[in-house]
Amino acid sequence: MKKLQLFTSGIALCCASMALANDDLMTQMDDPKQWAIQTGDYENQRYSELDEITAENVGDLQVAWTFSTGVLRGHEGGPLVIGDVMYVHTPFPNTVYALDLSQEGKIIWKYEPKQDPNVIPVMCCDTVNRGVAYADGKIILHQADTTVVALDAETGEVEWEAVNGDPSIGETNTATVLPVKDKVIVGISGGEFGVRGHVTAYDLNSGEQVWRAYSVGPDDEMLVDPEKTTHLGKPVGENSSLNSWEGDQWKIGGGTTWGWFSADMEENLMYYGTGNPSTWNPAQRPGDNRWTMTVMARDIDTGMAKWFYQMTPHDEWDYDGVNENILTDQEIDGEMRKLLTRFDRNGLAYTMDRVSGELLVAEKFDPVVNWTTGVDMDPDSETYGRPQVVAQYSTLQNGEDVNSTGICPAALGTKDQQPASYSPRTQTFYVPTNHVCMDYEPFRVSYTAGQPYVGATLSMYPAPDSHGGMGNFIAWDNIKGEIKWSIPEQFSVWSGALATAGDVVFYGTLEGHLKAVDAETGEQLYQFKTPSGIIGNVMTYESDGKQYIAVLSGVGGWAGIGLAAGLTNPNDGLGAVGGYASLSDYTALGGQLTVFALPD
Amino acid sequence: MRPAIFSFIAATFAVTLASGAGAANWSDQKVDPSAEQPEVPVAYEEGGRYFTEDDIPTYNIAEDGTVDWMTFSGFRRYHAECHVCHGPDGEGSTYAPKVKNSAIHMGYYDFVGVVVNGRGDGNSIMPHFGDNPNVMCYLDDIYVYLKARGMEAVPRGRPAKKEPKSDMIAEAENACMG
Repeated sequence: MKKLQLFTSGIALCCASMALANDDLMTQMDDPKQWAIQTGDYENQRYSELDEITAENVGDLQVAWTFSTGVLRGHEGGPLVIGDVMYVHTPFPNTVYALDLSQEGKIIWKYEPKQDPNVIPVMCCDTVNRGVAYADGKIILHQADTTVVALDAETGEVEWEAVNGDPSIGETNTATVLPVKDKVIVGISGGEFGVRGHVTAYDLNSGEQVWRAYSVGPDDEMLVDPEKTTHLGKPVGENSSLNSWEGDQWKIGGGTTWGWFSADMEENLMYYGTGNPSTWNPAQRPGDNRWTMTVMARDIDTGMAKWFYQMTPHDEWDYDGVNENILTDQEIDGEMRKLLTRFDRNGLAYTMDRVSGELLVAEKFDPVVNWTTGVDMDPDSETYGRPQVVAQYSTLQNGEDVNSTGICPAALGTKDQQPASYSPRTQTFYVPTNHVCMDYEPFRVSYTAGQPYVGATLSMYPAPDSHGGMGNFIAWDNIKGEIKWSIPEQFSVWSGALATAGDVVFYGTLEGHLKAVDAETGEQLYQFKTPSGIIGNVMTYESDGKQYIAVLSGVGGWAGIGLAAGLTNPNDGLGAVGGYASLSDYTALGGQLTVFALPD
Repeated sequence: MRPAIFSFIAATFAVTLASGAGAANWSDQKVDPSAEQPEVPVAYEEGGRYFTEDDIPTYNIAEDGTVDWMTFSGFRRYHAECHVCHGPDGEGSTYAPKVKNSAIHMGYYDFVGVVVNGRGDGNSIMPHFGDNPNVMCYLDDIYVYLKARGMEAVPRGRPAKKEPKSDMIAEAENACMG
């Protein structure tokens, strides 16, 4: 019965999409032989119907071919495949290659934008880029300097360029874009520079700006309708953001939008999350700091907000709410629901109704999470939907210039941007996670445009009294809110997962391993050590009748900062210093694509 | 007073320093703590700050591990402003050098010059912090902390014991931060 319902909802989706004219990308995404968008599909499931590689034969996987990107910084995101062409991007300077899959990856064209290197130092945490997008015969690149460029997918010629932000005040970009209908939707980075976040829609054909929705500020600039936009079922009311800030702090208030986008074409809604409020010192910004740390559902055409949900009101730990929102249609209590599941930096996994914004499940997806006892799920309660903060771990209650110790998770979150995947076959989410805790001491800072605006010192270390490693790869049941199984990893798992119809789940590790595990049991079936640590996302495609698995290696990003020299636990005393694994003992810089297949 | 003058002098020299040694990634230009390091030994103390005989700010670690206030303050400021590139405890990252060693190898004036003015080396860029009070008002703090790290005079992590903040340091901080 369950299967039948899933099947029919699949049909509904396919027909709704056909009704939209000119939607080349929808057609491309429906073809499992391709990987037409970074997130796998609009639902962000990162699931492929390809099933040549199975749990039985994945142990025979071999490297088919490799490609060096020529850049030695953190490689996030992954390649796209459209037809017989693969599109590979790099970190700054954001080179894009079009590779001919029929000729072992021969370079068809290469595009290297001219960017001012002064954008590099205003990028927090390495010069990563999470990949290009495809739509309507164009490859769309959102550069580090916030230039959005549309390239002719066949020739690499520039069709249009749009400038989304100003690096001189710390506005940069690391994210991919969402091409949807006749628009390209883009975000912005710079929460550590006091940037005021926003999401902007550009016309896919001309690059003209269509709408812009700020994360914080006046209602009209946020594209909020005080009566119609809801938070947990109730209208947000007038000036819902401004009322939650003191003075003009919102103008440098963060809420940047550097995560992933998803879309529900039936509902005409797009979903994304907003980042941390600026600064990291909570005492400098009293109030709930709405709508930072918020999942937002907006109308694709107009940008008007349908609903918000703020996961971490008045952040005290840098738990950016930017992680991906994964859309699924599943049965709850005998009823099919349109769900949105997200694994937040704050260590809670949320299952929501994506149409209404109703909160259904909120549970810890790592048992060490300790800053909260959980979310108030009583709709009649005054604190409905709010996490209950544990005083001991509240950096606000402990105050400025006080070092709050033993907070789990650390600022990098139980999960950062590295996307999870979902298999409709197992109805299970596969989640790359961090298992790291921290000490956090906020203090007063002053704002200078274009300069870091942080205001806290923190030290991070592996979760105490656990397996000693800094990561886990987990399987999650989003209806029950439970971990099904968990694989301990020595380092944070900073690679996006891939689930396939062969009932295999793939992910990469910071040591550089590509791993394949059984989708049901988590049993490891295969591993191969690539030349550098993996912070990229695993993808799959079919070419000439054969299934391939591909992933970028190239250690860096946040992971490359914290883990390069290893972490220490100052609470362990001198004896333990240096006792934890140092990533630089395992891997060196790299920039390589590795492509795997079964032997002929 | 002295440190302010030094900063000014360093800033005027800094242009010539920009073409100096490249900032290697994930580098490990080792420091030998047993070798003679003229910019390390304390010659005198003034209002809770410690200086070498050449009037260069330095750290002071008591036998029981108590660090001077500037070293502690440098730990705090470093882990707010610098560690997102240079890694925890000055240990470097995949793309920015181990500054704990740079603090020894470069010397005070070069170090200050690069922080004030920044420098570039291909795709490896050190930003300029000259107009950032969160860095400039704590530049000597960060410098002595990293020097202490480079000499392994303080272990990784948060210094457990520290001297109190002197009135003179507090006054200077307030004046600088405004």
